[in-house]
Amino acid sequence: MSAPRPLLRGRRKAVNALALGLASFATLLGLVVLVWILGTTLIHGAAALGPHLITQMTPPPGAAGGLANAIFGSTLLVLVAVLVGAPIGVLAGTHLAEYGRAGPFAELVRFVNDILLSAPSVVIGLFVYQIVVRPSGHFSGWAGAVALGFILLPVVVRTTDETMRLVPISLREATLALGAPKWRMITQVIYPAARVGILTGLLLGIARISGETAPLLFTALNNQYWSMDLGHPLANVPVVIFQFALSPYDSWHSLAWAGALLLTVFVLVVSVLARTLLRGRTN
Amino acid sequence: MQTVMQQVSVAQPSRPAPSAVPAARVASAGARGDLIFGGLARMATAFVLLVLAGIALATLIGGWPAFARFGASFVARTAWDPVQRDFGALVPIYGTIVTAVLSMLLAVPIAFGIAIFLTEVAPRPLAGPISAAIELLAGIPSIIYGMWGLFVFVPFMADWVDPWLAASLGRLPVLGALFSGPPLGLGMLTAGIILGVMVVPFVAAVMRDVFTLVPSALRESAFALGATRWEVVWHVVLPYTRTAVVGGIFLGLGRALGETMAVTFVLGNAHDFNLSLLAPSTSIAAAIANEFTEADSATYLSALIALGFILFVVTFIVLVFAKLLLLRLARQAGR
Repeated sequence: MSAPRPLLRGRRKAVNALALGLASFATLLGLVVLVWILGTTLIHGAAALGPHLITQMTPPPGAAGGLANAIFGSTLLVLVAVLVGAPIGVLAGTHLAEYGRAGPFAELVRFVNDILLSAPSVVIGLFVYQIVVRPSGHFSGWAGAVALGFILLPVVVRTTDETMRLVPISLREATLALGAPKWRMITQVIYPAARVGILTGLLLGIARISGETAPLLFTALNNQYWSMDLGHPLANVPVVIFQFALSPYDSWHSLAWAGALLLTVFVLVVSVLARTLLRGRTN
Repeated sequence: MQTVMQQVSVAQPSRPAPSAVPAARVASAGARGDLIFGGLARMATAFVLLVLAGIALATLIGGWPAFARFGASFVARTAWDPVQRDFGALVPIYGTIVTAVLSMLLAVPIAFGIAIFLTEVAPRPLAGPISAAIELLAGIPSIIYGMWGLFVFVPFMADWVDPWLAASLGRLPVLGALFSGPPLGLGMLTAGIILGVMVVPFVAAVMRDVFTLVPSALRESAFALGATRWEVVWHVVLPYTRTAVVGGIFLGLGRALGETMAVTFVLGNAHDFNLSLLAPSTSIAAAIANEFTEADSATYLSALIALGFILFVVTFIVLVFAKLLLLRLARQAGR
């Protein structure tokens, strides 16, 4: 840095003010877009809200209807995805934190897991199409749930690994010194200690998969009728939004907005909940 | 017995294993439990590796008929004719790259600004809530961005931005080709801007996190020499975190390349090659999402899956590069 000659000082101050001003402006821009998107969704979505959303099925073009089958289908898909993906994710996270630690295998898995975390969800949909839909011959709820499970998996692996590594080593030493085998130490001491963090990871994962659309297009597809059968195409909110929003019908548009509002509120509430839990733990 | 002893010593290598003699009976039951539990955990971990390999393999196999039929020229041809079953990937590849690059041109400066604001400008009580608000932006599902793009941002571009661009930059001799055509509001520019908005929170979060890793002694000594806040950022913070900042940018690029719903709504799904950023186009992800359920021949389906394979390979390379850069700073900071 040059010596602070008086002439230069004014210029440097001006550059500083300009740069910090632009930085503040960039932040303002981000907040404006956030308000713009949320505001649009709220205004259009609130206008279409009503009890019909949860009592009626998705309608054919021009007719009145709701989202009951789609809301149920989405709930089912997410639930099954969590039941399938979460145990595998927690176990893998456990292995990384308790068995692998800093070894080269664990480092490789962490690396691969981080890649999976950012992998395009549309490709994961194609993957599940190849391994589930194509062999079985038809689109199905199971395929959709598996696709969502694959997206949930890396989120759970990462948060489980990270929170379990935060559990103090002295807890492990105390348990082992009492003669407990390692698996008892993990299930009865480490899991309870890391409970909040693991739960946070699950919530973040649920927030992530609830809005996923692309992978469901080639797996669960859609279903105009009420169905509880995971063996067949299953209605779900994201794909309904996609199809209705791109249609030329006003009644479908308004249902798409209603679905968008429900989805956004659900996802944001879950992720805020997750963050609040996380903050409670670190404080 | 042996396994218990071994695993105890793995968990705490620097300490002698506690004597397990008084608990021999319990220990043998424990050994079996450890074998089962540890085995399950190891299988789950291997499963993570398997998923990544499976994605690459399944999309390669699914796309193989297309690769075999069209050869290497698949990626270099612009044909996309479902009737003649003649497919080339150049237009979607071009659309993917152009929208991703546009999004980064927009997102990187804004994310940098937000990171500076959060770490240098904002007073403590303000930084937390603003940080959370920006992270909310990352939490909004991409289909919501798509809807907002289609119903709000596309008309905004068509009414205000596109006509103005066509009338000003569109008149320039060479550059003009990029901004010609009717103001539809759809196209690569709109898609690039929406992608940029989506990517900003990811890049900003990485930059903010790595900026806080700079040792305060470094920053303080620069301040003590009389540097302004901007000079500290530019001459101290940025050089120290350079590799990680680039890593964060590539992480954002990886997201932008693979993002589907947000661009599918606003690209217009046109397979005609067009230089103009204002003309309807398509991207790999948008083509797959739009056409997959309409693919009426095995070749068509295979061409779409082949596109998916190409997308996976490209994002994989970008993400690996990003992670390697981020790991370098993490090591440097001694974490």
